[in-house]
Amino acid sequence: MTTYLVKPGLLDYSEALELQERLVEARKVDRIDDVLLLLRHPNVITLGRANSRTFLKYSDQECAVAGYPVVEAGRGGEVTFHGPGQLISYPILKLGPEERDLHLHLRRLEQVSIEVCAEFGLDAHRVVGRTGVWLGSRKIAAIGVRARSWVTFHGMAFNLTDELEGFNWIVPCGIGDALVTSLEREVGRPVEWAELEESFEKHFQKVFRRDIVEIAQSELEVRL
Amino acid sequence: MTTDVIMPQLGESITEGTIVNWFKKVGDWVEKDESLLLIATDKVDAEVPSPASGFLHELCYPENETVPIDTVIARLTQEKGAPRAAETAPAPGPAKAQPEPQEQRVLQAVGASRQAGSDSSVEELRRVRSSPLVRRMAAEHNVNLTNVSGTGITGRVTKKDFVSFLERRPEQVEATTPAARKSLDTGKYAYQPVASDRLEPFSPMRGQIADHMVISRDTSVHVTTVFEVDMTRVARLRSKHMQRYEESGVKLSYLPFILNAVNKGISQYPVINSAVVDRSIAYRKEVNLGMAVAVDWGLLVPVIRNADEKSLLGLARSVGELADRARTRKLSPDELQGGTFTVTNPGVFGSLFGTPIINQPQVAIMCVGTITKRPVVIEDDAIAVRHMMYLALSFDHRVIDGATADRFMKTVKDHLEQFPEELV
Repeated sequence: MTTYLVKPGLLDYSEALELQERLVEARKVDRIDDVLLLLRHPNVITLGRANSRTFLKYSDQECAVAGYPVVEAGRGGEVTFHGPGQLISYPILKLGPEERDLHLHLRRLEQVSIEVCAEFGLDAHRVVGRTGVWLGSRKIAAIGVRARSWVTFHGMAFNLTDELEGFNWIVPCGIGDALVTSLEREVGRPVEWAELEESFEKHFQKVFRRDIVEIAQSELEVRL
Repeated sequence: MTTDVIMPQLGESITEGTIVNWFKKVGDWVEKDESLLLIATDKVDAEVPSPASGFLHELCYPENETVPIDTVIARLTQEKGAPRAAETAPAPGPAKAQPEPQEQRVLQAVGASRQAGSDSSVEELRRVRSSPLVRRMAAEHNVNLTNVSGTGITGRVTKKDFVSFLERRPEQVEATTPAARKSLDTGKYAYQPVASDRLEPFSPMRGQIADHMVISRDTSVHVTTVFEVDMTRVARLRSKHMQRYEESGVKLSYLPFILNAVNKGISQYPVINSAVVDRSIAYRKEVNLGMAVAVDWGLLVPVIRNADEKSLLGLARSVGELADRARTRKLSPDELQGGTFTVTNPGVFGSLFGTPIINQPQVAIMCVGTITKRPVVIEDDAIAVRHMMYLALSFDHRVIDGATADRFMKTVKDHLEQFPEELV
């Protein structure tokens, strides 16, 4: 199966959400093939559905004034922070009959990050009941997913750099004792974006059993 | 012909899902594959498509209900018939051919089936149509479901509603002393509820708040004075030192600065920190500052004891801890008592200033407004953008004169505007 890889670069959360909505609708009726969006977000705090304002340490207004606007994400999970130091992956996949298990989808996303970490010499793992990817008690990747008629959207945020101040404004994923970490912090050296993306793409193809073909966003827009 | 909508299995290990919301209501037309509802499991939300086209005939479960997989959660029908609620009620009256709105048809059907002028209502009908489980629980506890407020679909009583009703019940029974049960309505001007109203008895907390507000208003002579404070210096100090506080695990909000200024004001005008006892003023040695915290279920005022002995770091730590414990229901009773002065902060909701009711037996309460950047005239008639905030003080005019209140406020204002950096 072919999956189109699109890299829109730095994209506002709300714009990415709108793009995903259009992709899901197009994917539902097979107007397009599967798509993997790899991008970065400017600083933003996103709320999952589960009463997640409780996990904001400050008011929406205070967060916004400090440069962390708060938006409703329309996905599962609680609250999280996104910033330009993260590699964001949004797989818009129409799950085949044998893939129709949303927890399998979560586990596969985790597996991609675990394999990426392994490639950088890190022993990442899952924690039962705490979806995401962990190094000890430190979380390196956060996951929140939504599906519409077995077409997935939303996805995973993988922390590359230490620009994680936004996490100080929230209780990440509602877990009070959790800490966040980044790939650079763990490996103790700067990592190029291209290096991480290349690794991510490689393991995504393997774990999700899909071949990736990169196309320009404009090329994708034509088909929407 | 009806089609069942089944709770789908979203994964091998997923045995149940919570209905987050229905996108359609009874009577709506739904296309095949159109999203019908949103269900949630751990970290995953899934929109469930409709298995067929048809009119939505029945929603079997309300929002927020957790349902096992393979359960029938809704029914679709090909005919645009009356919803089930109307079918089950005996309706000998002539059925009106008018198709919309559905709600009205239900009401007409019920009305026709009962004596004119009876207290039957849509509300009642909805309630008694709560799930079999809830109806069984109600029967076991000898509770009339129409007396329970429902948060489920069309006002149905969910299991959660029923359980919280039961939990509240003993306290309501205890509260039969005349003072606690005092009617709070407007006497001969009282509102007469009609059938379409939803009557929700006070929770214990609501009752306490209501009684306290009335007692306070009837006791103290409330007067409010408002000051405008330039918080630019504090804002600068806060962002400069925030990181250092974070490193000690303390978040530095504006409130500790304000509490610090209140301490200074009280030290100069102790009557602000007093209480009225018969025809005397009791000047209180301890300065215990209450801070109002809005919680989902009402309002709590935890108290920072001996606040005047605390550094800014200590105040910031107390503010954070008490607010956290208030929101997670972990406050101990003594942390809610013994306040000598209260600060309320509706500014977090955007309020400019308010005229709060005094927290008895105290004699004054400060209200912190939102901090916004505004153009203001500064020295030499220049206009600058400054962080501005209104501070209001409601005080008991029986014991605090206007001049005293304003001097106290001036002290607070001056302290904030020239906040000494060595205190941070």
